[in-house]
Amino acid sequence: MSQLSVVFKRELASYFATPLAYVFILIFLVLSGVFTFYLGGFFESGQANLAPFFNFHPWLYLFLVPAIAMRLWAEERKSGTIELLMTLPITRFDAVTGKFLAAWVFAGLALLLTFPMVITVNYLGEPDNGAIITGYIGSWLLAGAYLAIGSCMSALAKNQVIAFILAVSVCFLFIVSGFPMVLDGFSGWAPQWLVDAVASLSFLTRFDAISKGVIDLRDLLYFLTLIAAWLAATAVVIDLKKAD
Amino acid sequence: MIEIKNLTKRFAQHTAVDDLSFSVKPGEVLGFLGPNGAGKSTTMKMLTGFLAPTSGSASILGFDIQKDTLKAQRQIGYLPEGAPCYGDMTVRSFLEFIAEVRGFKGAEKRQRVAKAVAQVELDAVLEQSIETLSKGFKRRVGLAQAILHDPKVLILDEPTDGLDPNQKHQVRKLIQSLAHDKIVIISTHILEEVSAVCTRAVVIAHGKLLADGTPLELESRSRYHQAVTLVAAEPLDQAALAALPGVAGVEENTLEHSLSILAKPGEVIFPQVNALIAERGWQVKELNVERGRLDEVFRSLTRGEVV
Repeated sequence: MSQLSVVFKRELASYFATPLAYVFILIFLVLSGVFTFYLGGFFESGQANLAPFFNFHPWLYLFLVPAIAMRLWAEERKSGTIELLMTLPITRFDAVTGKFLAAWVFAGLALLLTFPMVITVNYLGEPDNGAIITGYIGSWLLAGAYLAIGSCMSALAKNQVIAFILAVSVCFLFIVSGFPMVLDGFSGWAPQWLVDAVASLSFLTRFDAISKGVIDLRDLLYFLTLIAAWLAATAVVIDLKKAD
Repeated sequence: MIEIKNLTKRFAQHTAVDDLSFSVKPGEVLGFLGPNGAGKSTTMKMLTGFLAPTSGSASILGFDIQKDTLKAQRQIGYLPEGAPCYGDMTVRSFLEFIAEVRGFKGAEKRQRVAKAVAQVELDAVLEQSIETLSKGFKRRVGLAQAILHDPKVLILDEPTDGLDPNQKHQVRKLIQSLAHDKIVIISTHILEEVSAVCTRAVVIAHGKLLADGTPLELESRSRYHQAVTLVAAEPLDQAALAALPGVAGVEENTLEHSLSILAKPGEVIFPQVNALIAERGWQVKELNVERGRLDEVFRSLTRGEVV
């Protein structure tokens, strides 16, 4: 466990070693503001909740989270430091999880910095703050799922740009798998259980429920399992690709 | 003790390491020699647990690198080829990270880092980020992280590559000072380094072991072993020299105006040559008995020429 925290600390510090972290947080805050107030019609809706804020997160994260995740392993492979890391007495689990957690905590930090949104809505009306908290939890879980996918794609590609594009593509598939246009493509020929299975993979249906304040154990499990599965895949991919 | 048994690594198209077996005892400094692409780095990557062998095994102080990976890795200090380090970290924070991974905390961590920094003379750049350092400093940062936990086994992949002569000398001195109770394996294609620091040399090419012995033994395999080289003011009677007992042949080096008289294997020809010079009254300016030329042995071994 101590090895995990050492990897975690180093990784988190490395985000802040370059201006990247600050630029990322700035872009995230500006875009989430733009989405909420202009596209989401926060004022026009006349409701004291953060639905316009959370509704855009799956789309906002689609491009921003792979940008955090792309360097996780691609950079290690490119610079050769992966050889150093893998020959230190660190288990594969500690390395993969430590790096992932650092990225996840960083995403959480960016998310927490949107707190003026909460103050605004509390100033304007009387929102259900419990629902807002679950919304934040849901959003953070969603970011975690994107990051786990991004981590695996980063292990797959040596080039960060390719890692980014791969991650965006896979995340996009996970978003649209609940959309009618995708499901219609399946419903013609596939058995119902397969259609349901594809639909149940979607981030959107799960996230909608949590962001509205409904915490269902199954939704939590969905996100945590998804993260665990993609991290396990990351470990496998690293073993296969590390020497390339 | 490091034991390598039938170690083999196949990649898709070629066999990088082919049925390699040898063992290294504490106190030995093993020079791992071979041309580029011979399989030196691949062997080291398997020894340190970075690559899994296709077949065969390696054990570090009794810990199998495949089964007891972490225990084996704790015994090893490893400098990978090119000395990769996290460029965005400062030297101090990088070494402290390594110390923490190695399980050192608080005062002991600081003391370990300070000692390693002193050993490779990094004090001047301690607060600089690694990517701004020169190649020589980067290499020393890599060395510092490898020796930080005072490992029983040091595996250094081309430790002096890219260093200037002073730095090379310094690194060799460091390796020698560390070597007495450790197992040290260094890979290199600089032959003078083998004579300078190694107690044993292993030559490989195409993943196969070609020679294993002390640097002296290797040198004695040279056709120049016990050869006598003469520089004279006047032309010498080459036929008379070639006819001496024990002489295998005479080579003329026009560039240096010198003659090399080669000895047959196992023969000592210096007395005969000396007697002939005295008898004929030749004016000889220089006379050297050669130990053997390591580079020539290396070339003939790795290119399959007869020694």
